[in-house]
Amino acid sequence: MSQTLERLAPFIFGVLSLGLWQGLIWGLHVPPYVLPGPIAILRAYIAHCASLNLALLSTLAVTMTALLCATLLGVALAVAMAASRLFRAAIQPWAVSLQVTPIVAIAPLIIIWVNQPFIALVVCAIIVAFFPILSNTAAGLAATPPELQDLFRLNGATRWQTLFWLSLPAALPNFLTGLRISGTLALVGAVVAEFVAGSGGFASGLAYRIIEAGYRLEIPRMFAALGLLGLSGIVIYAALGLLERAVLRQRRGA
Amino acid sequence: MFSLRAISKRFGNDTLALDGINADIAPGEFVALLGPSGCGKSTLLRLLAGLEAPSSGKIAWEQATKPAPGAIGYVFQDATLLPWADALHNVFLPLRLRGLSFAQARPLIEAALAQVGLADFATQRPAALSGGMRMRVSIARALVSDPLLLLMDEPFAALDEFTRHKLQDDLHALWRQRGNTIIFVTHSIYEAAYLANRVLVMTPHPGRIAADLRAAIPEGPARRQSPAYLDFVGEITQTLRRIMPA
Repeated sequence: MSQTLERLAPFIFGVLSLGLWQGLIWGLHVPPYVLPGPIAILRAYIAHCASLNLALLSTLAVTMTALLCATLLGVALAVAMAASRLFRAAIQPWAVSLQVTPIVAIAPLIIIWVNQPFIALVVCAIIVAFFPILSNTAAGLAATPPELQDLFRLNGATRWQTLFWLSLPAALPNFLTGLRISGTLALVGAVVAEFVAGSGGFASGLAYRIIEAGYRLEIPRMFAALGLLGLSGIVIYAALGLLERAVLRQRRGA
Repeated sequence: MFSLRAISKRFGNDTLALDGINADIAPGEFVALLGPSGCGKSTLLRLLAGLEAPSSGKIAWEQATKPAPGAIGYVFQDATLLPWADALHNVFLPLRLRGLSFAQARPLIEAALAQVGLADFATQRPAALSGGMRMRVSIARALVSDPLLLLMDEPFAALDEFTRHKLQDDLHALWRQRGNTIIFVTHSIYEAAYLANRVLVMTPHPGRIAADLRAAIPEGPARRQSPAYLDFVGEITQTLRRIMPA
């Protein structure tokens, strides 16, 4: 019973908040160009659902492409860093500095350098998303139990055998955690890049719709686009969380 | 089988872990390395396995019985199993690393699991097994390649008394049946006296061999109660009392 209630709690809270929001809008007569209520936002979504959904697909295409590339890049770098201490020493500070540089500051340069708008957006999103995968996978690889490493050595395992049969499987839980964090970061990166690219860039993502609706003071449509972004983030996070749990459960054999 | 000649091991600049270890180990011996924590027993085992090199001295192998690289069985203090693999695939590991396919190795794996009494648990993952069962899988993994030399580093230290007695009985029976050489590290006098036919008693800081004791305890179910066993326990206890600083 209490478990069911716990599962339902976020939905109940959400519905109550939306109700309160709508009630205040009605009660205080707030004009929709200042703050639209949930019903106005839903209406705006229905009126513009074709263009908004298309924009969502475009943003998700950037996000997923970036997440895939970030995964390959992050895992490859983590493996290389685990294999060579010199490589690790050379790369790590640069990976960190790339991570701490705000993407808003680099995005304009990337958009100028990369001619293809889609690729430019993907590159920005990769820069934001790859670090959690890199650092989590690297931590997992570094935490391979030393006794198991000894066991592989005693049995004459090659480097590659140790990597594929021990270190990578051992790092899988850390990798999945990194992937879950990177999934939402890829979305953030894609949207930030779209904002920077603006009307001059790849004019079809959700961020562009938000800017456009803002310029035209179509605030309910702006909120509808925002809501879609929020929902996508939740879906990506939840889906990667489910994947993580399913893989780990299967692995434990429970 | 091999001789330890003046083996010393120094960690860093000042920690002398082992100091001038000399011993000759004959094929088929069950040798217990007994000593308090920190006396370098595990270090000596790691040197024998080739996981570390001695700072001075050497291990001289008899050519006929020298194990090929990777042909030493090693059982760690923890079961150290791959948590994502079932018992079959954990035991498969040494053979897999030697290039055997699972189909080729399967009869050997099943025989090894049967030998440790786990035939019915072959498809269980470590999380579904008890501590004693996990240790059995670990022993099966060490036995599956039929090593001439089996090195065991306090394998039963973390188990409860009942499980420990059972595994000691089984290990002793396996050794009698297979006749491979076993070096068994322990800090339990009773365990050393019960399992081994030779006990090397070590002193701490730095580790030296203080006594080399042998016993002939009659085999059989009454081994744990036999006077010869109790005498051996007494002899080891007195030796330890003599060499340990007050």
